[in-house]
Amino acid sequence: MELSWNRYPRLEHREVLTLSDLSAGLPETAGFCLPHGNGRSYGDVCLNEGGVLLDTRRLNHIIAFDPVTGRLRCESGVLLKEIIDLVLPWSWFLPVTPGTQYVTVGGAIANDVHGKNHHWAGSFGNHVICLELLRSDGQRIQCAKEEAGEWFSATIGGLGLTGLITWAEIQLIPAHNPWMMVESRRFASLDEFWQINQEAEDHWPYTVAWLDCLSAGRGKGRGIYMAGRHALWTESLTGRRPRSLRFPLDPPFSLINPFSLRLINSLYFHQPLKKKPALSHYATFFYPLDGVLEWNRIYGRKGFFQYQCVLPPEAAQAGIAAMLKKISASGQGSFLAVLKTLGTVPSRGLLSFARPGVTLALDFPNCGQKTLRLFNEVDAIVRDTGGALNPSKDARMPALMFKTGFPNWERFAAYIDPKFSSSFWRRVTHE
Amino acid sequence: MSNRQRIVIFGATSAIASACARQWVKRGDSLFLVGRNESKLEGLIADLRTQSSTGQQIEGTTADLNDFERHEELFTRAEQVLGEIDMVLIAHGTLPDQQACQNSVSLTMEEIRTNGLSVIALLTSAANRMEARGRGCLAVITSVAGDRGRASNYVYGAAKGMVTLFLQGLRNRLAKRGVTVITIKPGFVDTPMTARFEKKGPLWAEPETAAYGIVTAVEKRRDVVYLSGIWCWIMLIIRHIPESIFKRLSL
Repeated sequence: MELSWNRYPRLEHREVLTLSDLSAGLPETAGFCLPHGNGRSYGDVCLNEGGVLLDTRRLNHIIAFDPVTGRLRCESGVLLKEIIDLVLPWSWFLPVTPGTQYVTVGGAIANDVHGKNHHWAGSFGNHVICLELLRSDGQRIQCAKEEAGEWFSATIGGLGLTGLITWAEIQLIPAHNPWMMVESRRFASLDEFWQINQEAEDHWPYTVAWLDCLSAGRGKGRGIYMAGRHALWTESLTGRRPRSLRFPLDPPFSLINPFSLRLINSLYFHQPLKKKPALSHYATFFYPLDGVLEWNRIYGRKGFFQYQCVLPPEAAQAGIAAMLKKISASGQGSFLAVLKTLGTVPSRGLLSFARPGVTLALDFPNCGQKTLRLFNEVDAIVRDTGGALNPSKDARMPALMFKTGFPNWERFAAYIDPKFSSSFWRRVTHE
Repeated sequence: MSNRQRIVIFGATSAIASACARQWVKRGDSLFLVGRNESKLEGLIADLRTQSSTGQQIEGTTADLNDFERHEELFTRAEQVLGEIDMVLIAHGTLPDQQACQNSVSLTMEEIRTNGLSVIALLTSAANRMEARGRGCLAVITSVAGDRGRASNYVYGAAKGMVTLFLQGLRNRLAKRGVTVITIKPGFVDTPMTARFEKKGPLWAEPETAAYGIVTAVEKRRDVVYLSGIWCWIMLIIRHIPESIFKRLSL
């Protein structure tokens, strides 16, 4: 059984076909197919119940890399980690990276992922120069932003539905070395967060905040604000990349529960922080969770939910406070509560999630109906503010929620390959 | 042995071999790659070149290795490109459909030819070249399936077992001549070749992990390696089940 990262839902597929030849056509399949990269998205956006998954991990070749201009063309199954390992010795880095480096380029485009630098750089799709789309009728469409037609904007954030992305070319950004200059500050309340954030955003290309979700309901909303930038050539440390551990087992129940959570959050909040900005390895800064491989197993066999919303700027402060209050009152909490403002660089995709405003991402152990009921209540707040939920993190949003959050969905639907579909797409459109 | 090796890989576009190629390129080795599928081979060569630095040769050619007549020519080409050959990795193969083989003599013969005879033909040429120079390393991917014949997979097993036995003899002959012969026996590896299987559980390995095992085995000049190591113990047990019992099992 193929699973998405949160190990819910558990769906059966007809078969999984491994693609390994860039120039070959798509295999003949009975039923609908869906490209599947490294399976790091959540919910059912990378799943296709009863259909076929096209495993792209063997389409993992670099096609061309120009160390002078920082342009990289690669097959869609290449992992972001593989790109960093190749280009960083040449003083280049990914223009945008999500919180894990174990996603494929194809996945990063299809979900138009964003990172800690959204307020400066936009999302991943903003740095794609061109890509090739292979349709089930054998047609190969090379598309770039400038060119006519909407194939490009349909495919950026297109959830893998417009055809198979065979390769893409991206523009990298300069970085002198593997180090990041990072400033971490504790904040005691949401008000303080907004204030720190406003100051920091003009000076730091990367910003994000971790929130103690349990404290938020008590009117505090404490957390840690992290801001960073790539280190200068003269700023560097000797040292190795941090080693990874592996979470070793599938516990029968979630190890994250209200008791352990209180303890973990408290310890995390009170961790010793450096007084001044200090150097940190890029892997520690961008990918703290990659340090524990298969950490998703900590939630046990039933898996977990991720809930990520974006609220428009004018409604954000009140909306975030109301959401946190609701969650806290429910007694269900999240360790990975991440708060970040998204900037005004427009996303290129018809279905892109990233838009100006504030995004809050939370994860919850799967406690069945209790958890789903909470989500429905929080949905109401998101909807009232005119916000949206992130499809690549979703396993349960109602169709209406999707359609209001992504008003271009009908325009997008015209670009879907007739042989492609996903469990997510059927869930949010066939009602 | 100099640090920079000149390596020829047969079956270079297979998942395990291309992962080996990447690790060797990062170490600074030069490669000559032989593969069946032209576009995949070109893709691999372009990929390896982006990872290489000045002075490293990365070349290749397509060939049908069942055409034994061409083998000499391939070695000559490789020597022209690389200068000399320090190492050969033989990694090509197919995983036959056992049922289909049972119903077809010609398919069975073809699978034995691809997985067994063509490897022996390549080894014969390569061994004589290395013996004449008095050094070198031959690494061949066989399989745990070659350790004992099983109903579900014995055509493949017989071909791989033949190669394993051939390598034993070759090692015995060349050990006195300074040439290393390495038998690599992977268990389950998650590659396109094993696409039909449900790939979960502790016995399945990623091609990159298997490749790391091969690169390490070559560095340490091992004789026989199981990938991963646990297969050594599994096959020890399987080999020692008495035939009177084994024939009744479904394995």
